[in-house]
Amino acid sequence: MNRLFTLTPLILALAACQSESDPSLDQTGARPQLPAQNDALLPAMKIPTPKGWGGDLPTVPDGFTVAPIAKDLKIPRQMLLLPNGDLLVAEGSGGKAPKLRPKDVIAGVIKKRGKSSVKGGDRITLLRDTDGDGQTDLQTTFIDGLDAPYGLAFVDNTIYIANQGDLMSFPYTEGATQITSPGTEVTKLPSVVNHHWTKAMTASSDGSKLYVGIGSNSNVGERGMSVEEDRAVIWEIDRETGANRIFASGIRNPTALAINPSTNALWTVVNERDELGPQLVPDYLTSVREGGFYGWPYSYFGQTVDPRIRPQRPDLVKTAISPDYALGSHVAALGLSFATGGGLGGPFTEGAFVGQHGSWNRSDPSGYKVVFVPFRSGRPNGKPIDLATGFLKDGHARGRPVGVLFDAQRRALYVADDVSNTVWRIAPRQAAVSQQAASSRVNQ
Amino acid sequence: MDATVTRTRSFANPFHAILLAFPVALYPSALLADITYLNSAEIQWTNFASWLIAGADFFAGIVLAWAVLGLFLGRARHARGRGMLYLVVVASMFVVGMFNALHHARDGWHSVGTAGLVMSIACTALAFAAAFLAYSGTVQSERSA
Repeated sequence: MNRLFTLTPLILALAACQSESDPSLDQTGARPQLPAQNDALLPAMKIPTPKGWGGDLPTVPDGFTVAPIAKDLKIPRQMLLLPNGDLLVAEGSGGKAPKLRPKDVIAGVIKKRGKSSVKGGDRITLLRDTDGDGQTDLQTTFIDGLDAPYGLAFVDNTIYIANQGDLMSFPYTEGATQITSPGTEVTKLPSVVNHHWTKAMTASSDGSKLYVGIGSNSNVGERGMSVEEDRAVIWEIDRETGANRIFASGIRNPTALAINPSTNALWTVVNERDELGPQLVPDYLTSVREGGFYGWPYSYFGQTVDPRIRPQRPDLVKTAISPDYALGSHVAALGLSFATGGGLGGPFTEGAFVGQHGSWNRSDPSGYKVVFVPFRSGRPNGKPIDLATGFLKDGHARGRPVGVLFDAQRRALYVADDVSNTVWRIAPRQAAVSQQAASSRVNQ
Repeated sequence: MDATVTRTRSFANPFHAILLAFPVALYPSALLADITYLNSAEIQWTNFASWLIAGADFFAGIVLAWAVLGLFLGRARHARGRGMLYLVVVASMFVVGMFNALHHARDGWHSVGTAGLVMSIACTALAFAAAFLAYSGTVQSERSA
């Protein structure tokens, strides 16, 4: 009897623990291996807490340089390049989802440990490199008083900013270092609850439409499906009138959008659902089909049914599209930018750069790096290649990549990091040397 | 001449009884919320059950501490058999309640399902059992005067 009493809780505790992840599973590429579902009583959590770089730099491949070009930002997220080479950085932190269950209270406290203590800037910062030496000569507040700005686009001398609750436009004159006009609201964006608040944005290749990613209001519908109206979708918005429609749906949290330069098609990186185990569900990179349904919340990676959502919808699951390319489970892809004009050269010539913020809900952290997905003829072709690593050290996060932006003119990749509040610049060493030589000639 | 005085008191003192009233009320309420969720798939019912279970667990924890201390210091030391049984029932209620809270923290249908329902039934039964032990019968102690 006594033994039974001591053993029972032990057995229950063992049953409660999350299974370990299996490193032999291949979870990147077109056909990721998906393990069985395992939503344990105690989901594995490992929060690498922030720690300074202490003079160190992210690790980049031989032949590349990396350097900070902006520091002391206030939660930098996505970036935009202006025609004159100025770089805009959106800074902010949104979301006001109420805590619905005791779990939300506890999870909020735990997740906060992995974040920067800086308050979001709710502003756009401008970075200008006047002499092209790869160093910032001017860092100034470009637009202030925004509400968790995230997605940015530039069309026809107008800057578009997707706040967490609306889409604003600001007229721009070349060379401006500040905009003080209040801007014009193009349209409201869905903002009830805003569990996933980031509004990623890009303009269509002809500039007539803006695409805005609107994340789901829950992990898998646990706030009820009524708050999921116009969520987990990508909106297509007419730039002139603000008229909008759902372009694609069932796309849980599209955190960055970009146009593939070789096909002009819309692509996105998407964060998939949690609490089905350390290796479910892989986040993905995909082209977005007009009218396509990508499964959430009823199924994932095509037609694998998620049993947690009731009532189930086999009719919708039947139509679910399998995304193009898995990036790995819980990597939290937040940045997407295509290489153009030869990219960074070598293996980084044709393809997409992806910033991975990193996991918090598996015991073996994933993500925390910038990868390059090689493409051929406009389609992913091959395994992801690490471009920037070293964000994790000794169980601490020195940085977490968010937005990435390729600058074809200067052959550099910019990476926003919302833990060290830095923007990193990665460039081929050759170019860096010749640029320095060029600028020193100018100085003489 | 030695005289002994016999004192007759209830098993649980009034404060203890008040604390025990919470699990007795909240675990069955959670069970009803679970049943309603399974019948309706209306998510608010499982959220409701989560809070009910969290509240019941909180008081179950205090009652458990009382049950342990009572065995050595309180009224239950004069009724060790019943005190032990009460401790086992309360401890089981607390342990199952904690697992049920974790189970209800899962998302959607998996927050209840069969296991959640079974644990809610078990907690309800154990809470009633604890109440029967605590509220029926008395404890007699003798003091020499």
